[in-house]
Amino acid sequence: MSLPFLSKKPIDLPPIVSVELIQITDKTNIPFAPKAKKIIEKVKKKEKEKLVSEQAPPKIVKKEKPDAVPLPDKKIDEVKKIKNKKQNPEKLDNEVKQISEFEKKELFDPNNIAALIDKSKEETAENTTKTDKITQDREKNVSTLGLSLSEEDALKAQIFGCWSIPLGLPYDKDLLVRIKLKLKPDGSVISSEILDHEKMNKPGQRFYKVLAESALRAVKLCQPLRVPSTGYERWKDLQLNFDAREMLEG
Amino acid sequence: MLFRFLFFLIILFPFKAFALIEVDITRGNLSPLPLAVSPLSIDSKSKEGFKKILNKKDVGSEISKIISNNLKQSGLFNPLNKDAFLQKPDIAHLKPRFEDWALIKAQALVTGKVSLIEGKLRVEFRLWDVLAGKEMMALAFTTVPNNWRRVGHIITDKVYERLTGEKGYFDTRIIYVAEEGPKVKRVKKLAIMDQDGYNNKYLTLGNELVLTPRFSPTNQMVTYLSYFRNMPRVYLLDIETGIQEVVGDFPGMTFAPRFSPDGKKIIMSFATDGNSDIYTMDLENRVVERITNHPSIDTSPSYSPDGKYITFNSDRSKYQQIYVMKNDGTNVKRISFGNGLYGTPVWSPRGDLIAFTKLHKGKFYIGVMRTDGSGERLLTENFYQEAPSWSPNGRVLIFYRETKTNSKGEGFSTKLWSIDLTGYNERLVETKTDASDPSWSSLLSN
Repeated sequence: MSLPFLSKKPIDLPPIVSVELIQITDKTNIPFAPKAKKIIEKVKKKEKEKLVSEQAPPKIVKKEKPDAVPLPDKKIDEVKKIKNKKQNPEKLDNEVKQISEFEKKELFDPNNIAALIDKSKEETAENTTKTDKITQDREKNVSTLGLSLSEEDALKAQIFGCWSIPLGLPYDKDLLVRIKLKLKPDGSVISSEILDHEKMNKPGQRFYKVLAESALRAVKLCQPLRVPSTGYERWKDLQLNFDAREMLEG
Repeated sequence: MLFRFLFFLIILFPFKAFALIEVDITRGNLSPLPLAVSPLSIDSKSKEGFKKILNKKDVGSEISKIISNNLKQSGLFNPLNKDAFLQKPDIAHLKPRFEDWALIKAQALVTGKVSLIEGKLRVEFRLWDVLAGKEMMALAFTTVPNNWRRVGHIITDKVYERLTGEKGYFDTRIIYVAEEGPKVKRVKKLAIMDQDGYNNKYLTLGNELVLTPRFSPTNQMVTYLSYFRNMPRVYLLDIETGIQEVVGDFPGMTFAPRFSPDGKKIIMSFATDGNSDIYTMDLENRVVERITNHPSIDTSPSYSPDGKYITFNSDRSKYQQIYVMKNDGTNVKRISFGNGLYGTPVWSPRGDLIAFTKLHKGKFYIGVMRTDGSGERLLTENFYQEAPSWSPNGRVLIFYRETKTNSKGEGFSTKLWSIDLTGYNERLVETKTDASDPSWSSLLSN
C-alpha cells in the first residue's frame, strides 16, 4: 500500500546475508611437541586402564524405598520449620537477659559498692586469664589448621585486585568456582585444578565456564601469591572459592 | 615382628594431617578487562582487491577498529593501544608470543586474517587467553564484501559472549525518530542506523508526524504511529523488503504500539469516550481485544519475554504508577511505590527487570526495578529524558534526552543516550540530526 508521505526511494540498506560460521579450532590448533605427545599417550593409556577397572560389575546395592524420599513440598516445609525454630530461641534469650538485668537491679545495694568493685576486679582478672588461654589455643589452631585472619586478609586483598569479574554473569544464579592450588614455598603456583571441572564443558553451563576461566586468570595474574613466610606444610595445598554474587548484585 | 615395628613407628611419629585451607573470594575488580585487538592481517593481493571493491586501504585494520570500538563502548573491556603491540598481526594470528601480550597487561587477545576468495570476503579470527596461553575460540566467516562492518559486529558479539557469558548486542540496528528544525516546527522522520551510528537511512520524508517506532523481537519488522489527515494510524514496516501496511486507524489518542514477544500481536493503548485503556490486535486476523477496562488512564503496555504478563502505567491510584497484570488483564498489581511519577515501563528481554522513566521534584530519571517492584535503581538523572529501550541482551538501555532552551527559546536539542545496568557507562549515541524515541532491534545474525 503506498502512502503519501513515505519516501519514494526504495530503502537502501545493506543486504542481510547469512554469514557462514565455521569452527576452525581443530584445523588451526598448534600440534603437540613429540615429547608432549608421548606423555599424553601415557596419560590416556592410564585413563583407559582406569576406565576398564570402572567397568567392573557394579556392586549390588539395596534399592532404597521410594517412600523414604520426601516430596519437594515437604522439604520446603521442613526448612521453614527449622527457620522458625531458630528464631524462637533468640527471642527467649533476650527475654531471659532482660529478666536477669531486672533482678540485678533489685538486688543492687548502694552500701555494698566496695564489695562489688572487689568482685569486678576478680572477674576481670579471671576473664583476662581465660581470654589468654583462648588466644593461645587459637594460635595452636592456626598453626595446625588454617591461616590467621591477617594472613587470609592479605591473600584475599591480593586476589581481589587480580580478579576481573565477568559482569555479564547473572546475579541470581548460584555460581561458585572452587579451585585447588598446589603452591611452592614462595607462593608461586605449581598446579591449579578446578574441582567441578566436569561442569566446564557441559551444555547450559556457559556462565560457570566463564567464571572458572576468570578465576584461573586471576590466580595466574596474581602469582606468586601472598602466603605466610612460615608453615609451608599447612598451606602448600590451598582451596580458593570464587563467588561473584555479592559483587554482581551491586 | 615387622608389624610391631610399624606399630611403634606410628605411635612415635604420628602423621600430621592438615585440613585443606579454604579461602572465600567474594570480591573482585570491576574495571574493564584489558584486551588487545590485533589488526587483522591481509595479504597484498586481497588488499588490492578490497581497495577496488570497497575503496578501503586496509579492510583488516578497519574491521579490527570496529571490534575495538564496540568492546570499548560496552564499558566491560579496555582495548589496549595498538602502538604498544610487539608482535606482527600475521605472526600473532599463527602463534602468539603470550609473554609479549602479558607484558602490556593484555588478558585476552583477538587476532585474525582477511582474504578475498572468489569475490567474497573471508574473515578468520581467534580469541586467545593470554594468561592461560591457550586458544579460546576460532571461527571463520564468509560473506559479500559490502558486509564488512557487520562482520566486525558479529566478531565482537562472539568475543563478548565468550568472555562475559551473555550474548552480545553489536550486530543490531536502532530505529528512531530523526528531528530537525525549530522546536515549534519540528520535522520528524523515521530513521534507522547500526547500533554504532553507521549506515544511517531515513525511511520517511517527514511530511507527516511519526512517533514511537518499535522493533519486533523476532524479525526486522517495525511498528510505528503516524498521523494521516490528523488521525492516528498504526503502521507495519518490513525493513528487509521496504513493504509497509496500515494496521488500522484508531480513535482518539493512540499511544505506543509494541509487539508481543512472538511478533504475532501488537499491544497499545487508545482512548474511547475519553477513557484510555489497553488493547491488543492480532496481526493475522486484525481482531482487537480489550485488556484493561478502568476509568483511569492506562498506557505504555509492554509484554514480559514469555508473553504471560504485561506491565503498563496507570493513574488508577491517583498518581501515575507502574502495574503488572496477566496477559488477559486479570490480577493487576501495582509494583512502583516510590516518590514521584512512574511511566514508560519496558520489560527486559532477560525477564528479570523493568526499565522505567521517573519524574520526581522536576527531574527525570531512567531506572530499573525487579518485576515485583523491589530493588529500584535510578541509573541516570537529567532535565528531561524518557523512553528507555533495551538492548537484546538486557544489559544496556537506549533513551533520549532533551536540553533546556534559553530565554530566547534557543538551544533546544534531543539526543540519544545509552547507559548500562551498572549506571556508570553512560554514552552519547551519535546521530546526524537530533533524535528521539529509539528502539533496539534483536540480533540480526540470529
